[in-house]
Amino acid sequence: MRSNSTDSTRPKATLGLKLAAFGTILFLYGPMLVIFLYTFTPEEATYTFPLPGFTTKWYGVALFERPDLWRALILSVQVAGISTLVALILGTLAAAAVYRSNFFGRESISFLLILPIALPGIVTGIALRTAIGGLDIPFSFWTIVIGHATFCVVVVYNNVLARFRRMSGSVIEASMDLGANSFQTFRYVVLPNIATALLAGGMLAFALSFDEVIVTTFTAGQQTTLPIWIFSQLVRPRDRPVTNVVATIVILITLLPIFFAQKLSADSSDTEGGSK
Amino acid sequence: MLSRISTYLYKTPKLVLALLLVPPMLYMGVVYLGSLFALLINSFYSIDDFSGIIVREFTLKTYAQIFYPANLEIFMRTAGMAAAVTVVDALFAFPLAYYIAKFAAPRLKTWLIIAVTIPLWSSYLVRVYAWKLILAKEGILSWFINLFGLGGVLDWLLSIPEIGGSSLSLSPIGMFIAFSYIWLPYMIIPIQTALERVPASLIEASGDLGAKPFQTFRSVILPLAFPGVVAGSIFTFSLTLGDFIVPLSLGNSKYFIGQAVYSYQGTAGNVPLAAAMTMGPVVIMIVYLLIARKLGAFDAL
Repeated sequence: MRSNSTDSTRPKATLGLKLAAFGTILFLYGPMLVIFLYTFTPEEATYTFPLPGFTTKWYGVALFERPDLWRALILSVQVAGISTLVALILGTLAAAAVYRSNFFGRESISFLLILPIALPGIVTGIALRTAIGGLDIPFSFWTIVIGHATFCVVVVYNNVLARFRRMSGSVIEASMDLGANSFQTFRYVVLPNIATALLAGGMLAFALSFDEVIVTTFTAGQQTTLPIWIFSQLVRPRDRPVTNVVATIVILITLLPIFFAQKLSADSSDTEGGSK
Repeated sequence: MLSRISTYLYKTPKLVLALLLVPPMLYMGVVYLGSLFALLINSFYSIDDFSGIIVREFTLKTYAQIFYPANLEIFMRTAGMAAAVTVVDALFAFPLAYYIAKFAAPRLKTWLIIAVTIPLWSSYLVRVYAWKLILAKEGILSWFINLFGLGGVLDWLLSIPEIGGSSLSLSPIGMFIAFSYIWLPYMIIPIQTALERVPASLIEASGDLGAKPFQTFRSVILPLAFPGVVAGSIFTFSLTLGDFIVPLSLGNSKYFIGQAVYSYQGTAGNVPLAAAMTMGPVVIMIVYLLIARKLGAFDAL
């Protein structure tokens, strides 16, 4: 669409607009940098600024003296991993069904899948809690996964469906014509084609699950995921400097997969998975 | 054997479709919709005032409680906050969205879109937490305010009863800042998408016909960007309505919807009232979505 001629005639932005635009980017990232700055404060009881000194000891404390944090981290990784796996399977199946055939109710599938992220998280959370509690199922690791998978499915679905739509159907026909059976066609033709979409969708799903807190507060029993731990510190700060270190780690763990997912999508001009 | 299954599948596309659809539909249809249905049912139950036990009989009593002045006030306060956050986000999102859509060179554009999308998907909780640090009485924002000698203005703002509090990190003003910050990316992307669709020829034509740049902006670009603003407002409005993390961490004793639902459901054990109150945001969002669709916002999503 974009030709070189429109590039050369692209209007120049005024200085004011440039400043406003890049100022907004700074505003988006500034607060995260403040957290990073505060990981070096020696002050335990307040958030005094300017920092009264400089220390790196909280990294050591968080890493070596807090087994509760490690348990929370491992739990969060396990929950995110399994939720992502469920989302990859269900999202791909749904995308394949919507792509390959026209059936009654096809339009409502996208709507149903997007509901968990279109409705406020508290609705999903309390609905699941009511249902799980009503069925007398104990709240556990698995109830957290059930909650997370509901909103992870849609990101995989969107990425994979967008890829299916760009893939030409004749490739599959050619494979079948050349004698491959359905399974071989899936393994050698379809899967390589959707691999990066699966990777992008999976990383987004992982990041979404990893720092989810709203639904988790309703579907967790005694389990403390890392976000639940941070949330408890938000309401009643007890370990301020350690929380800063944990927050920095969470930023890195969620930021990197999303960055790579975005990069993958941008490079293959897919959708990034709809809007949250 | 495998190839015989394969042939059989090829001959029965309906079976394949069923095999593909059943697992996701079983999950989303039964688990998710079933849960929403359970929530709806519970909102028609009530709680026995003396024993605190849930009475499983159909009643509208619980819904009537929503119209108690205290609860109505919670709804008004939350909707007011959501509206204020939406307006401010639209204003702040516009310049960056406009720059990305119409001025940035292709490579820079890709990077800027990634830069906006990363905070949209990640670290929601941590980004709320950041404001706990920034807004603290002894924190970085107060330090800057005092540096410019504006401490008096801040104290005056905090002394206003409806929006003030003991410090920025425990007041509706602080919540407002945090909400506006965390939902800002959700406004930038739809506005940028809408602006992207304004044809360059239209802008050139406006200029050729003698409009000054500002006139073109006002009468051509702004109206065409409006569906994007509405689309973005769906998110800023909905997300603010249901949030309880920000009020719990930065608010004061004045409840917001999400917080009320959280405490009715949790400490108070009044699941029916919590369920009925959740229906509030759901209904507001459905009405909002219908209006937004009329205004053409869905094309900008």
